[in-house]
Amino acid sequence: MMESAAANPAPQGRPVLSLKSISKNFGAVAALTDVDLDIYPGEIVALVGDNGAGKSTLIKILAGAHEPTSGTISFEDRPVTLPNPSAALKLGIATVFQDLALCENLDVVANIFLGRELGPAQLDEVTMEVRAWKLLSELAARIPSVREPVASLSGGQRQTVAIARSLLMEPRVILLDEPTAALGVAQTAEVLNLIERVRDRGLGVVMISHNMEDVMAVADRIVVLRLGRNNGVFSPTASHHELVSAITGADDNAVSRRAGRRARSSESEIQP
Amino acid sequence: MSTIAPGRPGPGSQLDRQDERLKDRSGIAGSIRAFVDRIRSGDLGSLPVVVGLAVIWTIFQSLNPIFLSPNNLINMLFDCSTVGIISLGIVCVLMVGEIDLSVGSVSGLASALLGVLWVQWGWPVTLAILAALAAGFIIGTAYATLFNRVGMPSFVSTLSGLLAFLGLQLYILGPTGSINLPYDSPLVDFGQLLVMPHAVAHVLAALPGIVVLVAGIRTARRRKEAGLSGRSTGGILFQAAAITAALELIVWYLNFARGVPWMFGLFVGLVVTMNYALKRTQWGRSMTAVGGNREAARRAGVNVPVIYASAFALCATFAAAGGILSAARLASSSQQAGTGDVNLNAIAAAVIGGTSLFGGRGSAYSALLGIIVIQSIASGLTLLDLSSSLRYMITGGVLAVAVIVDSLARRSRMSHGRA
Repeated sequence: MMESAAANPAPQGRPVLSLKSISKNFGAVAALTDVDLDIYPGEIVALVGDNGAGKSTLIKILAGAHEPTSGTISFEDRPVTLPNPSAALKLGIATVFQDLALCENLDVVANIFLGRELGPAQLDEVTMEVRAWKLLSELAARIPSVREPVASLSGGQRQTVAIARSLLMEPRVILLDEPTAALGVAQTAEVLNLIERVRDRGLGVVMISHNMEDVMAVADRIVVLRLGRNNGVFSPTASHHELVSAITGADDNAVSRRAGRRARSSESEIQP
Repeated sequence: MSTIAPGRPGPGSQLDRQDERLKDRSGIAGSIRAFVDRIRSGDLGSLPVVVGLAVIWTIFQSLNPIFLSPNNLINMLFDCSTVGIISLGIVCVLMVGEIDLSVGSVSGLASALLGVLWVQWGWPVTLAILAALAAGFIIGTAYATLFNRVGMPSFVSTLSGLLAFLGLQLYILGPTGSINLPYDSPLVDFGQLLVMPHAVAHVLAALPGIVVLVAGIRTARRRKEAGLSGRSTGGILFQAAAITAALELIVWYLNFARGVPWMFGLFVGLVVTMNYALKRTQWGRSMTAVGGNREAARRAGVNVPVIYASAFALCATFAAAGGILSAARLASSSQQAGTGDVNLNAIAAAVIGGTSLFGGRGSAYSALLGIIVIQSIASGLTLLDLSSSLRYMITGGVLAVAVIVDSLARRSRMSHGRA
């Protein structure tokens, strides 16, 4: 693939979505404290962190499912509030949750257009099918037939349908929650390609992932959260060691010790 | 911007025929192969009911040659229409994955209301009919409110409704327990005698074929203009001709006796309307989506409580309509109306016709096909002079078989990825 954005990790232009010192408390628990996050058009921001780091809370705030306790959100330089999911959607922030929420008994076209059907009193199946094909071919998605029930699709194809559905509203920012979880090797590669094409359409992409390989492969910037706080922004060229240290918060931890041990033993194998 | 061109040696330039994994299913041989594939993967549609009907008719005809006589068939069509309309409501609640066990009682209540308001209180008949329908609508809305607001399972709310509305029916009928409807009224005439003039029946029977032809050709042309694959004109012509021939043949046969009942015409009209609403409107798409995955539908912006409310309200209203028609058929509102096997027959008809108990799959036509099966069994057993005890047992057995087929087909669909 021709990569233009990845060659230049420093984002350019104005951020489409900007969070300033966002905090979120659940009772006495501070899930997020003074988190900053900028998302520029045409870049993939990976949001990484250990369990309980606040990734999901942050995504839910952006999707309008939670309201922040304090802090400001600006969308295209205007301060906005996101009181509910439909407000976020209207603004142009689409979310694909981990459980894709597709209707297995409906076909691909019906799922993509669910709730936004053309022609309420007489469904315009032809126009919907053409638009579905256009959308899928722009994403170079390989779905054999859009008239098969979603139940017959593979995990990667379902992820594609879910992403295509979120693109129907022409959003500016798309949030992906663990898009490659539970996918095989080939399907993961397929979805990562898809995410790059979404980025190439000029959208800002926020992706939560636990899989460091996927993050390194696709992200333009890697934002690390730790215990509800920013813990550094990395370029994808950063070393695995640096990232793990930022995520776990220490140089010396179980993961890095193990990695060091393995590196030493493989060195000794190569040079006996 | 990078463009990825995956290998696309598709068999044509049509938008939906470009993936090389797609098998070519055009032409008559292709359609037959596609049909066989669909059946093998457990997407049975209305095949079991058609096969079942053929078996039932063969058995009863060989036992009693009157069974398939035009006169008996016409009687069957009169009887079908009342419970069939109730069953049409059951299809609505089954589509969203819920159930209404009280349709029998609601139909009995509607027939009692009709008798009391029209005969005893002297209301105009149309007003009494509207009041009975409104009672059904209110009952359905009440179920929906309990379901949406309180989270009461429809199984329980309608089970209590079954008893409560049976009680209300007995209460408003009072000590006499039965009200005779005037024999010379148009309503009773409609329920017992009124048949279409032979020419009108033939014209109406030609309509579906014409609609299939015109709509089919128009859709095929639009799809071709949009760059999609469309059905061949020959195939559409063949389908339209087959439908027309079959319907005209049935009408021709029934016209040897009295002819096609208007009440059956009303029932079929409602079935066709509901089929359009379920398959071709946003409301119907939302109903299917809610039945398939409620949470997905909610997140997609479907107003789920409203969809549930429409399903329950439609079901109870159809039940009331069925009750009114059965009162007209019997020319009386009695304590027996809506009791006995009405409830079970209405639910069994929808399931036998191919509407899934598990939600999200079904069609309005299943009410029509299913009730014809149930009525055939009832009529055949009556002709054989068998007691109602045997009739109940056999109908119960048929329902059990239908649900077994539904469950097995569902399991097969899941393993073939066609949920």
